[in-house]
Amino acid sequence: MSGTLDREEKAARIRHLLSTEGDSVERNTQGFNRGRYDAVADLSDYEELKSQARAVKEDAIARLPELIETVRESVQSRGGHVYLAEDAADANRYVREVVESENADSVVKSKSMTSEEIEVNDALREAGAEVWETDLGEFVLQVADEAPSHIVAPAIHKSEADIAELFNAHFDPDEPLETADDLTRFAREYLAERIAGADVGMTGANFVAADTGTLALVTSEGNARKTVAATDTHVAVAGVEKLLPRFEDVAPFVELIGRSGTGQDITSYVTFLTPPGDAPTMDFEDDSLSEGADNREFHLVLLDNGRMEMREDDQLRETLYCIRCSACANSCANFQHVGGHAFGGETYSGGIATGWEAGVHGLDSAAEFNDFCTGCTRCVNQCPVEIDIPWINTVVRDRLNRGESNKFDFLVDGLTPDEETESGGLDLQKRLFGNFPTLARLGSATAPVSNWVARAPGTRALAERALGVDSRRDLPEFQRESLREWFAARGGTTVRDADREAVLYPDPYTDYVAVERGKAAVRTLEALGVSVRIPDLPASGRAPLSQGMISTAESRAEAVADALAPHLDADRDVVVIEPSDLAMFRADYRKLLPEEAASRIADRSYELFEYLYGLLENGADADTLRASDGERVAYHSHCQQRTLGLEEYTTEVLGELGYDVVSSDAECCGMAGSFGYKREYYELSMDVGTDLRDQFADEERVVASGTSCCEQLAALRDETVGHPIRRIAPAE
Amino acid sequence: MTDEHGTETSENSTHTITSRDSHTLPMTGLVQQFDSEATDAGCEVRRAAVEDFAEEIADLLEPPAVGAPLPFDGVSLPERATTDPTPAELESAETGITPARFAVADYGSVAIESTPAGDEQVSLWPGHHVAVLAESDLVADMPAGIERVGEIARAGGDVVLATGPSATADMGELVLGAHGPRSVSVVLLEDR
Repeated sequence: MSGTLDREEKAARIRHLLSTEGDSVERNTQGFNRGRYDAVADLSDYEELKSQARAVKEDAIARLPELIETVRESVQSRGGHVYLAEDAADANRYVREVVESENADSVVKSKSMTSEEIEVNDALREAGAEVWETDLGEFVLQVADEAPSHIVAPAIHKSEADIAELFNAHFDPDEPLETADDLTRFAREYLAERIAGADVGMTGANFVAADTGTLALVTSEGNARKTVAATDTHVAVAGVEKLLPRFEDVAPFVELIGRSGTGQDITSYVTFLTPPGDAPTMDFEDDSLSEGADNREFHLVLLDNGRMEMREDDQLRETLYCIRCSACANSCANFQHVGGHAFGGETYSGGIATGWEAGVHGLDSAAEFNDFCTGCTRCVNQCPVEIDIPWINTVVRDRLNRGESNKFDFLVDGLTPDEETESGGLDLQKRLFGNFPTLARLGSATAPVSNWVARAPGTRALAERALGVDSRRDLPEFQRESLREWFAARGGTTVRDADREAVLYPDPYTDYVAVERGKAAVRTLEALGVSVRIPDLPASGRAPLSQGMISTAESRAEAVADALAPHLDADRDVVVIEPSDLAMFRADYRKLLPEEAASRIADRSYELFEYLYGLLENGADADTLRASDGERVAYHSHCQQRTLGLEEYTTEVLGELGYDVVSSDAECCGMAGSFGYKREYYELSMDVGTDLRDQFADEERVVASGTSCCEQLAALRDETVGHPIRRIAPAE
Repeated sequence: MTDEHGTETSENSTHTITSRDSHTLPMTGLVQQFDSEATDAGCEVRRAAVEDFAEEIADLLEPPAVGAPLPFDGVSLPERATTDPTPAELESAETGITPARFAVADYGSVAIESTPAGDEQVSLWPGHHVAVLAESDLVADMPAGIERVGEIARAGGDVVLATGPSATADMGELVLGAHGPRSVSVVLLEDR
């Protein structure tokens, strides 16, 4: 996607969704997200449960071929059938044969994303059977003939009024339906007749215990229970990744899945079926329930459809640990605003969908929405199985940049450096944003001329057409004197013979654009007795990594490791102002560098306020800094900074210095590095930003740690927004 | 799917279980915890001695009622509750009475095991589900609950951990009573 027309089309589609579905999606996802924060806070062993869940999944996926054989034996020993379906067509053929052999003319279904993946409804209709979705959200979509916008709450994009309008038009009831209560009662009664008349019940499965052949179904409405209880043939369709080795392995998931998804401690029903079970089937002509005992038939369809290949893929394998709770969607600022109809592929939506779509439908489907992941990392700590979801998005972006539209070519070809393909396949826009450090260096060297040129109307129009840089955004204004030039001109550090020596990392933005925050950081560190150095260090690789240029990011990481080595050898700390660069040093380098090199950098790198906090805790004199007598400051921490648990250092230090600090809880400002500059995403970026703007509407003084957060806030508030270091730094 | 029910907190200290009699046994920690969690999840929790059970259940029963046999000594279903109902009787029942095999105190969840007598259906179709639980069948937490489910699963049985009424947020707002019951009562047998 690189042409102007594509960008315009994409922008128009996003604009349409923002205006038609955005409000409803936002209300629901933000409700789930708040519920999740509350529900997991109640869980004293939350982190331990996540690690347990992760360990179970790692083990299960490693042993998958063996577990498939185990479950085959356990299900067959009770008289059930297991079919391992190679792909969607194979699964559909099997299900169709079951339905035909039962002479079934009606099938009722409970909600199953896996059945959406194979589109079994179409296959069943071709076989002449009626199919009814009994989950109320899926039923709404069946009536509306629409696709799910969320993996757990499929009709999240529709309001009560939308559904009332739909039902009144479609069913023409005697009394018009108005409230959610009316709609629920109507749908329940309508579907009760379909359930009573159905011959076959289809469900998915949230978990399948291999040793006992038990299915776990996590639901709230009771329709899955009815789907199974009322019919005499049960067909469950589940991805092979749902297998767990032992029944008892399900325990941590039962505690995590509802909390992580919709913020409930547990959903109304967690059903454990070990078919055929003891419940009588229900023939609505029978004289009593017990006449239906011992009539149950059961088929478990285990779906491969690319999963066994994902298992062999070192980067996509983690996707198979996903329990489809939707936490990554609900905690994602972009998803909260645009929903799964934009941030989703053929079947799945939200952050982890990139992995699912790449694995089961191929890279082309993932390509449709991969850009919506900005790498803000807010989903990382929310995933109950600890999947590094942004990394999966980055890997897929890298594969897309290389033009690998065939599913698994990369397994054969291996990784080729970005440079080899940059001249050919890589989008110009991605190259621009991936090379910001070079641009910044040139921009500063030629400032102010570069700024005049950048502001000239013709230039912006050209930049929008050729590069997709939205002309409504202010561009960074390069300073003639860089931070390092200023530092050298003043003769380096003013502190000699100090106990602590720190390297202040000159990220390109601080070095060439926000030079004042760099100067403030130097003065503050020196006031607290730190001897500061600002060596010439390479860019961290954040910019190329965010564009999916992994091998470029790797070589940047190696260059940084080499350049930092003598400083680390000399026992110097590394202090970083820009949180996204700190996140490279602390987290992303673990993916880009050998373990030892990555740990060495991670262990000695600090976010600026984290470092100040440590200095103050260890006896540095706070009186040397600019204190306040209760001045109110509104602080927006950076998304990646919050994921690393580093927000509190800023609020603590400001609080200690007498500021009255209030902080935002918006997951992301919406700018997210280069995302908000892109023509196709500008409006979404501004829409996401309204959450933050509204939270701080009554605040007079706003500060933020991240560069892009400052720029976004400046655009939203029409004023300059700076880094908090500028509040507390001693005067020059 | 539901919205946020089940995550609200209530004033545990001030809540007392409804009981019609004054000679109620002191509540153990587990009973108290179950009461508080099940109440938060939207259940009405009552506590009764075996000798008072008939009176308690009569008070809860809205006719027409269906039931599954109660396997507790000295306790039986009221005559007004039809056992082994026809599917049509199930559809029209207001109240469904079943035993709970056990309950998980820190979630307020009751375990309903499927039986040939239709416990699953009786607990699901009527608008009001009354679950009867022996206090000695309370387990503390989910790992213990899953152990119990595991024993049933290994014997080929089906179990649902039911927590509060059925619910949905799929129609734009939270609604209690989706396909399953819109209200749930749990009667704790304090001397069983």
